[in-house]
Amino acid sequence: MSNKNRVCPIVTPVRPTLAVYKFASCDGCQLSILNLEDDLLALGETLDIAYFPEASSEMRDGPYDIVLVEGSITTPDDAHRILAVRQQAKTLITIGACATAGGIQALRNWSDVETFKQVVYPSPQYIHSLSTSTPISDHVRVDFELWGCPIDKGQLLRVLTDLLAGVQPRLPADSVCLECKRRGHVCVVVAKSLPCLGPVTRTGCGAICPGMGRDCYGCFGPTEGGHEGPGVPPNTGSLARQFNEELNLIPVEVVRRFRGINGSVGSFERESDVWDKKT
Amino acid sequence: MAEHTSHLLSKPSFQQLIDVLRSSGYRVVGPIVRDGAVVWDTVQQTGDLPIGWRDIQEPGRYRLEQTGDDRIFGVVHGPQSLKPFSFAPRESLLTIERTQNGFATTPTIPQSEKVAVLGARPCDVAGLAIQDRVFLRDAYADPYYQARREGLFLVTVHCTRALSTCFCASMGTGPRATSGFDLALTELPEGFVVEAGSSAGEDILAKLERRPATKEAINAANSRIASCAKSQMRALDTSHLPQALYDAHEHQRWDDVAARCLACGNCTMVCPTCFCHAVEETPDLDRQRSEHTRLWDSCFTQEHGYIHGKNVRPTIKDRYRMWLSHKLASWIDQFGSSGCVGCGRCITWCPVGIDLTEELPALLKPDARNTNRQT
Repeated sequence: MSNKNRVCPIVTPVRPTLAVYKFASCDGCQLSILNLEDDLLALGETLDIAYFPEASSEMRDGPYDIVLVEGSITTPDDAHRILAVRQQAKTLITIGACATAGGIQALRNWSDVETFKQVVYPSPQYIHSLSTSTPISDHVRVDFELWGCPIDKGQLLRVLTDLLAGVQPRLPADSVCLECKRRGHVCVVVAKSLPCLGPVTRTGCGAICPGMGRDCYGCFGPTEGGHEGPGVPPNTGSLARQFNEELNLIPVEVVRRFRGINGSVGSFERESDVWDKKT
Repeated sequence: MAEHTSHLLSKPSFQQLIDVLRSSGYRVVGPIVRDGAVVWDTVQQTGDLPIGWRDIQEPGRYRLEQTGDDRIFGVVHGPQSLKPFSFAPRESLLTIERTQNGFATTPTIPQSEKVAVLGARPCDVAGLAIQDRVFLRDAYADPYYQARREGLFLVTVHCTRALSTCFCASMGTGPRATSGFDLALTELPEGFVVEAGSSAGEDILAKLERRPATKEAINAANSRIASCAKSQMRALDTSHLPQALYDAHEHQRWDDVAARCLACGNCTMVCPTCFCHAVEETPDLDRQRSEHTRLWDSCFTQEHGYIHGKNVRPTIKDRYRMWLSHKLASWIDQFGSSGCVGCGRCITWCPVGIDLTEELPALLKPDARNTNRQT
C-alpha cells in the first residue's frame, strides 16, 4: 500500500495517539486489531500506537487521543483502574461484548460468586472479586461502543476512520437477518427450526453463524436500544414464544438462548428473567 | 394462449435447452438444493436441478421433501425471487478519490452479463415487472439496475402446484405468466409445453428439437394450471384498496400484529418488489479514497425512519403499518398497481409466521375501539 499519490495532508496536525487497555476478557478483541493485517500497517502510520501491551513492549504514558478498552469490570482494582484510564483518554471506545455489555462472565450476576470462590480456589481469601461483571459504561463515560464477540475488524477500522475524519461514528443497528438475506443464506429458523437470535441481534458480524448453517447466539447484542442508543428494544418476547411454542424449547433453554454473551443487556436480560420464572 | 404457438419439448431434450442457452452466451442459472431450501445458482445440466423434490411452505416454516417422481420443477420457489439478479443486494455505485483540485468520482456501473434464469415463477416475473417500473421509470432509469436487467433471459415455469402460502390467483399474477418472459414452460409427465414470449425466446426455441404441441398436451397444461389456481388456499381481497387501509390507520389490529412482529425485515428482503436501499460511504483509513455502496435496506430498521433528528417510525407498530400500507395501498397511488404479487414469501420466511392474508381482513373489519370509522 503506497501513499505516494497522497495529495492532501491528513486533517490532524500530528498523529493521534492510540492506547489499548484490557480488563476481564479473553484478548480476542485485541487480536482482532492485530488481525487487521494490511490495514494494521496503515493504522500504524496514521495513528501513533503508544500503549498496546498485547502487541508491543514499548509502552508510553498518556494522555492518549483514542483509548480502546477491552473487558469488563470484575474486581475492585479494575473498578479503580478504569477511572484512571478514563482520565488518560480524550476518546474512549469499548471494544467487544465484555467491555460493552459485561460479557459471558456476567453470568455470575445471577449466581453466588462467594460459593464459586470456595469451590474453585484452595485459598479463596486471596481472591478479590466483585459479585458482578459490569460493562465499562457502568463506571465511566464511554464515547462509543463496539459490540461483538469478538468485534468485527471492519467496524473497528470504520469507527477509527470516522474519528480521524472528525465525523461522528455510526454503525447500523439492523438485524442479522438483513445481512443473511443480502448474502443469500437460507434462514435457519424457517428451514431448520433452529432457535436463531438473528432477528433480534444487531448486524456487524457478516451473518457468519447462519452462513454456516448455525443459529446466531446474539454476540452483537440487541438490534436497538442496547444501552442508551436510539430505537426501541427488539421484540424478544415474540421470538421467545416462537422458540417455546413452535421450536419446542423448554423454558430453561429459552433462558439460555438470551442469557449468553450479552445476557446482561436490557432486553436480553429481561427476556431471560421472564423465562427463568417459568422454569 | 392463443397468441403464442406452443411446442412440446421432451424431458430428455431439456438438457438441450441448457446447452443452447449456454452456447448462445448465457450463464444458465436455476434452482438448486442448498441448506434445506432451493437457491439460485449456476447450472450445467438438468441433473443440477432439484428433480424429484418439492417444497412444503407454511407460515414461518419451509421444508423440502423427496417425492420420488421425475418432475424437474416440483419445487415452487425458495427464499429468493428474481430481485437479486437486477437489484443487487450490495453494489458499488461510485468510487471517489481526492485530486489536486478537490475530488473525482468514477461510477462503477456493472458490465451487463447474459444470464438465463430457469424456473422463474409467474409471481416472480410479475414482481420483476413491478421493480422495472420502480427502477426504469421514464427518464430516471437506474443504470446499475438497467445493466443487470438487460442481460436477463427468463424461462418461466407456469405453476401446476400451489403452496399453502400461495395467493397469486387473487392478485392476478399467476399461476400462468402472461407476459414478461422469454420462454414459458408447463411441465407435464411427457415433457414441457413451451411458448416463446419474446423474439429472443423465439430464437432459442428455433434451435431446439421440438414438435408442435398436440391439442391434448395443451389442454392438459391448461387444466393443470387451472386446478393450481383453484387449489390456492389463501387469497387477498383487494377490492376496497387502497382507501380501506388508509381508513384503518388507527385500527387496534396494528397493536396486535406489533406484539408478534420482530421488525427483523425478513419480509422485505424476500419480497420480489421491495426496493428500499441504503447508501453507505466506506472511506479508506487515509481518507484519500472512498467507495459509495448501495445495499438492500428495510422499512423495519431504526435508521429507515430517522429524519432530521427525529425518528418518524420509532415503534414496531409504526414500521409494520408503514410496510403493509405501502405494499397494499399507497403503492397503487404511487405506481399504479399493488406492490404484492401473491408469492407468499413474506408469510413463509417470517420467523414468527405473520400472514398478511390474515392481517388485511382483520384490519378491514370494524374496529370496536374506533367508533368514528364508517363501515
